[in-house]
Amino acid sequence: MSILDPNSDAKNTLKIASLVEAEEAFLAKARTNANSVYFSQHPIEPAQPVKGEPAKGVDPLQRPHNRRHFLASVAVLASSSVAGRAIAQTAPSPDGKAPPGAVWRSVPEDATKIPGVAIGEDGGYGTRSQFETEVRWRFGTKTPLSSWSMTPLEHGVGIITPSGLHFERDHGGIATIDPATHRLFVHGMVKQPKKFSMSDVKRFPSISRILFIECSGNGLTEWSKPTLKTVQGTHGLVSTSEWTGVPLSTILNEVGVKSGAKWLLVEGGDSSVMTRSIPIDKAMKDCFLAYGQNGEAIRPEQGYPLRLIAPGYEGNTHIKWVRRIELSDKPFMTREETSKYTDLLPNGKAVQFSLIMDAKSVITRPSGEMTLSGPGFYEITGLAWSGRGRIKRVDVSTDGGRTWRSAGLQGPILPICQTRFRFPWVWDGKEAILQSRCVDETGYVQPTLGQLIEVRGLNGPIGSIYHLNAIQSWKVDTEGRVSNVHYY
Amino acid sequence: MSTTTKLFLQVTACGALFALNTYAVSADPTRYGFGEPASANDLQDFVSSLPDGRDLPAGSGTISRGKQVYDEKCASCHGQKLEGGIGDRLIGGRGTLVNNDPKKAPVKTVESYWPYATTLFDYIKRAMPFYMPGSLTNDEVYSVTGYILSEANILNGDEPITATSLSKVAMPNRNGFIPDHRPDHFKPADKHPRLR
Repeated sequence: MSILDPNSDAKNTLKIASLVEAEEAFLAKARTNANSVYFSQHPIEPAQPVKGEPAKGVDPLQRPHNRRHFLASVAVLASSSVAGRAIAQTAPSPDGKAPPGAVWRSVPEDATKIPGVAIGEDGGYGTRSQFETEVRWRFGTKTPLSSWSMTPLEHGVGIITPSGLHFERDHGGIATIDPATHRLFVHGMVKQPKKFSMSDVKRFPSISRILFIECSGNGLTEWSKPTLKTVQGTHGLVSTSEWTGVPLSTILNEVGVKSGAKWLLVEGGDSSVMTRSIPIDKAMKDCFLAYGQNGEAIRPEQGYPLRLIAPGYEGNTHIKWVRRIELSDKPFMTREETSKYTDLLPNGKAVQFSLIMDAKSVITRPSGEMTLSGPGFYEITGLAWSGRGRIKRVDVSTDGGRTWRSAGLQGPILPICQTRFRFPWVWDGKEAILQSRCVDETGYVQPTLGQLIEVRGLNGPIGSIYHLNAIQSWKVDTEGRVSNVHYY
Repeated sequence: MSTTTKLFLQVTACGALFALNTYAVSADPTRYGFGEPASANDLQDFVSSLPDGRDLPAGSGTISRGKQVYDEKCASCHGQKLEGGIGDRLIGGRGTLVNNDPKKAPVKTVESYWPYATTLFDYIKRAMPFYMPGSLTNDEVYSVTGYILSEANILNGDEPITATSLSKVAMPNRNGFIPDHRPDHFKPADKHPRLR
């Protein structure tokens, strides 16, 4: 088949294959890790704590102040001594290296018998436990400079995504920008074009909101058949943070919007110079320019120093590394809003400016690739969210959607924010199909995949690509193994 | 009353409005006077185009010059025949958009899918070549835009490629887009769900 054959779609097939590959690589590692939720399928010997005295050279009272030096000395011990082997056995990673975001420390047999780590040893910025290993994993594009990574939802508790686990999507790598020299330009149909330094931006009155951001491509592999195995793979392009910044209305008021201005272009200062057009009504209503995330400065991969937050809109509109806003009477019809983030229907027409993320929910535990240890009590838990407002109700079914019962919702239930639901369940050991279905405050009911396909059709293996918000089904077999299925 | 006092009072009033716990944030009428005027010089290097050609920079190109630019700067990622590689496929795919077969994918390219030629200029100028974005001159971008459109059988001839000519190009899928009709109203779910 010629590559110019109109029926060939090598690129899309490749995309899915590389996602499957990335997930497999992750699972292969996770299955051998005693701390992973995916561990139970392949039991190995339980980890042994370190016996006896703390190893020579790493006496906590005489620990070198230089952390790199300390880490290096532990690494030498880990590879050469008996104590080192014991340390290695308790490590989440057999080579004694701490997982990303953690620092490796020797584990005493009894932490009540020797002093712990001195305050300040971390240099003043904390790390997570060396036993916690969840990470984002990346879609295997040919270049990591235009790619995305998924949030490990199955490990999450509560509703806030740790900043270091917030999903990523960028089109030209993560820009490194010095806030001291960064400028925000606002021009076009305004009375006074202006430029703002980051200190100018931070002088304006600020707001904070806890909001989800979801990539509209979340779940694109799942249209025509169950493809990825874990909830991280099927739903990991959604995350929730508290964002802090200045309302866009304040900035627009500062430059004076000319009558007739209907759209604004927001442009990123990364190498893809990402642009999207936003309706001005939306901008005035609730958009803001965020410089804070979860109580600190926004992370580089999330758009440091300044990111547009467009509550409830698809993730791509939340332009990162914002450097420019231009007002106009018409949308700019940028590449992303014409050739990419549009939903192609079977009749050949594509829905454009499908900006709002409809209501969606998913059970995060138990979920794909986990194993229930036997009949008995399990808490089914997951997340629900809607770009149109608050979540009103979440129902859970354990029989594939024949019967539904209401799940408990954890407050506060915030608009355009993930809501945690919980549902007590006693598994009888028989096959079960677990599903969750949410309703938002507008009365919108999350559809089954069958209902969604009736409306959207299946134009190719990845359908209309974007805005897949259907009910997810997890099958529990009689051995307790959980897998991703299509059941509707 | 001094200006400072006035501003203080306005800001206080506006704080009271926010305390009503509304998530709409349009209520702030204050001008704070932060920031500086942006000059024409500050803005001259920014590129953003509208489909009618407004905001496209001056310059012009030719299809033949565009082929040289393409071979040198674009072909390594997009293919000698514009068939795609690391980068997107650029041509072909007409007639593949109407399809409801999950086993057969639509081929979405500049030729078959993109509604506006101005978008092509805009995107190449801002974000291409991938490893050296922003390195092409306006004339080079007009040229390579013209070359891609000519390989897509949308443009031909020796007419110079300019802001005006690009705004007049009739893209094959110009009328292929419809507004968002959601939220959808779904039919009742199947009463007899099953494994698919």
